[in-house]
Amino acid sequence: MDQFTLNLIFVGASFALYIGIAIWARAGSTSEFYAAGRGVHPVTNGMATAADWMSAASFISMAGLIAFTGYDNSTFLMGWTGGYVLLALLLAPYLRKFGKFTVSEFIGDRFYSPTARMVAVVCLIVASLTYVIGQMTGVGVAFGRFLEISNTAGLLIGACVVFAYAVFGGMKGVTYTQVAQYVVLILAYTIPAIFISLQLTGNPIPGLGLFGDHVASGEPLLAKLDQIVRELGFNEYTAHHGDTFNMVLFTLSLMIGTAGLPHVIMRFFTVPRVADARWSAGWALVFIALLYLTAPAVGAMARLNITELMWPNGTDAQAVSVEDIETDPKYDWMATWQKTGLLGWEDKNGDGRIQYYNDANADMQEKAAANGWEGNELTNFNRDILVLANPEIANLPGWVIGLVAAGGLAAALSTAAGLLLAISSAVSHDLIKGQLNPGISEKGELLSARVAMAAAIVVATYLGLNPPGFAAQTVALAFGLAAASIFPALMMGIFTKVNNKGAVAGMITGLAVTLIYIFLHKGWFFIPDTNSFTDADPLLGTIKSTSFGAVGAMINFAVAFTVSKMTAPIPQEIEDLVESVRVPKGAAAAAADH
Amino acid sequence: MSDKEAAKAYWKTNVRIILWSLVIWALVSFGFGILLRPMLSGIAVGGTDLGFWFAQQGSILVFLALIFFYAWRMNKLDAEHGVGEE
Repeated sequence: MDQFTLNLIFVGASFALYIGIAIWARAGSTSEFYAAGRGVHPVTNGMATAADWMSAASFISMAGLIAFTGYDNSTFLMGWTGGYVLLALLLAPYLRKFGKFTVSEFIGDRFYSPTARMVAVVCLIVASLTYVIGQMTGVGVAFGRFLEISNTAGLLIGACVVFAYAVFGGMKGVTYTQVAQYVVLILAYTIPAIFISLQLTGNPIPGLGLFGDHVASGEPLLAKLDQIVRELGFNEYTAHHGDTFNMVLFTLSLMIGTAGLPHVIMRFFTVPRVADARWSAGWALVFIALLYLTAPAVGAMARLNITELMWPNGTDAQAVSVEDIETDPKYDWMATWQKTGLLGWEDKNGDGRIQYYNDANADMQEKAAANGWEGNELTNFNRDILVLANPEIANLPGWVIGLVAAGGLAAALSTAAGLLLAISSAVSHDLIKGQLNPGISEKGELLSARVAMAAAIVVATYLGLNPPGFAAQTVALAFGLAAASIFPALMMGIFTKVNNKGAVAGMITGLAVTLIYIFLHKGWFFIPDTNSFTDADPLLGTIKSTSFGAVGAMINFAVAFTVSKMTAPIPQEIEDLVESVRVPKGAAAAAADH
Repeated sequence: MSDKEAAKAYWKTNVRIILWSLVIWALVSFGFGILLRPMLSGIAVGGTDLGFWFAQQGSILVFLALIFFYAWRMNKLDAEHGVGEE
């Protein structure tokens, strides 16, 4: 069977499964649409949260980011998992006890302020919408590569499938589909990693293999990798090169941003009890950790494999020949990916070989001059292809490649559905029911939630087809907004008695300062060449705009406390609300009378 | 003890557990994984040092342990203070 048929079978079967679940899990009430009727088992919810959280960025991009930078990009591993500790300890149980449907609803009620609720809604919609663009383009790319159809057609098929289970099933349909998507994506991620770990280290657990011995050389894998990249003039893999302060701040920003992303928080509204919300956060991290503990191994092993393919006889011998790349089946993946424009090589010095090295390194320039090399000849290696190409690079069987195709799509679709759900519930519950038409019937609200969902899918599809040039930068924006506005507001709502004025002032200041800092570095509204600073030489010390979320959060806290101290304290009924959110007792009742 | 006092004592204990958990959370990630890595560089782990292991594996494992510990400890505390759901 050829590769195309295999890919088609895997992707087709996974899509049939999602549609089947959609038919089975239709939502009949607003409670089912927003919170799956609060009947989701904590382990099930943990799995769905994991799929919701792990996006195309986690599945496709993260290992590539680690592979080509090494230790310094551990920030993503710690940041995107450490946020769950904050969620589990500081937010999830209390928000579940509060027992409503949306994040903005809590902010609005706790700070007895429609303004606070609207600020939260705007942050939520902007953060979710910018985040969803990346998922939709990811769906198009994965389809385009694996099913050999155009990106546009792929994106439209993906949008129709999401439409089927999200519009009809709401949170209920999305939850059970995400469980299936989690299973697909984790198998797709770990199976090739296990194969590769066995090939290189003989250890079936990639996270252990990473610290094991490289079978071929007998040396520790990471020592071997350090040595081989050093010989080619690259930064040592395990060493620290960047700025330590910025590394700490970036990790913290990712953690706070993770804990403030609404599509993740709202998953904790779906479990039956407060105790379940606590367990559920743990299960979510178990399922996330399966991928995150594997990712650094995938990155390091792929880097070693690629480097050894380019220097098959060692870095002192001759580089791989152009003839081998074109004819040896070991190098077939290079031709496949060259077609996508994401991989490229050029025999600059015409010696019939492709030398891959760091031509910016002074020592290497000397060596190159002595050997007649005229610059790095592996001219283009897009980091995003690493995970998708990995099974081919390691020469794994065809069905593994089909599985990876289905996994990449599952990761992108599950996150897109979660984000779309967050957007539609903000529109129908916070804007329409909360603001425009409070008297709306349950049936009317359910209908408006479905219409909002359908509209959100159309907008996201349009943006996926015509991604604004700044799509990559907007992820920083989504995290910045979540970290600087949503997380501090939620935390202060639970742990302090900050009043309405304090919360609104804090949210708006935190948000404004963060936005301005990002715009100063990335361009106003991301229009090229309107930036006054660059992340290589930032405005404040070494603080890059991507790391600013944590600073924005601190500003939010500081302003909120100051303003709150100077204005009237919270009324008695809000005091009672805070006290009641802090104890689990009565959570079932709180949910029932809603 | 009145309901209100019970809730107060419960909350105080909860905040203390959270603070200690967050100290460990920060220690394994920002501490061992980044800032204290140079001090741990003498401890070799599979071709590199302990700080690298914490940054890429250890911190995540500790995060997991922390969340499960907190869930277990708090569910026990709910029962002790009579503020649980049943």
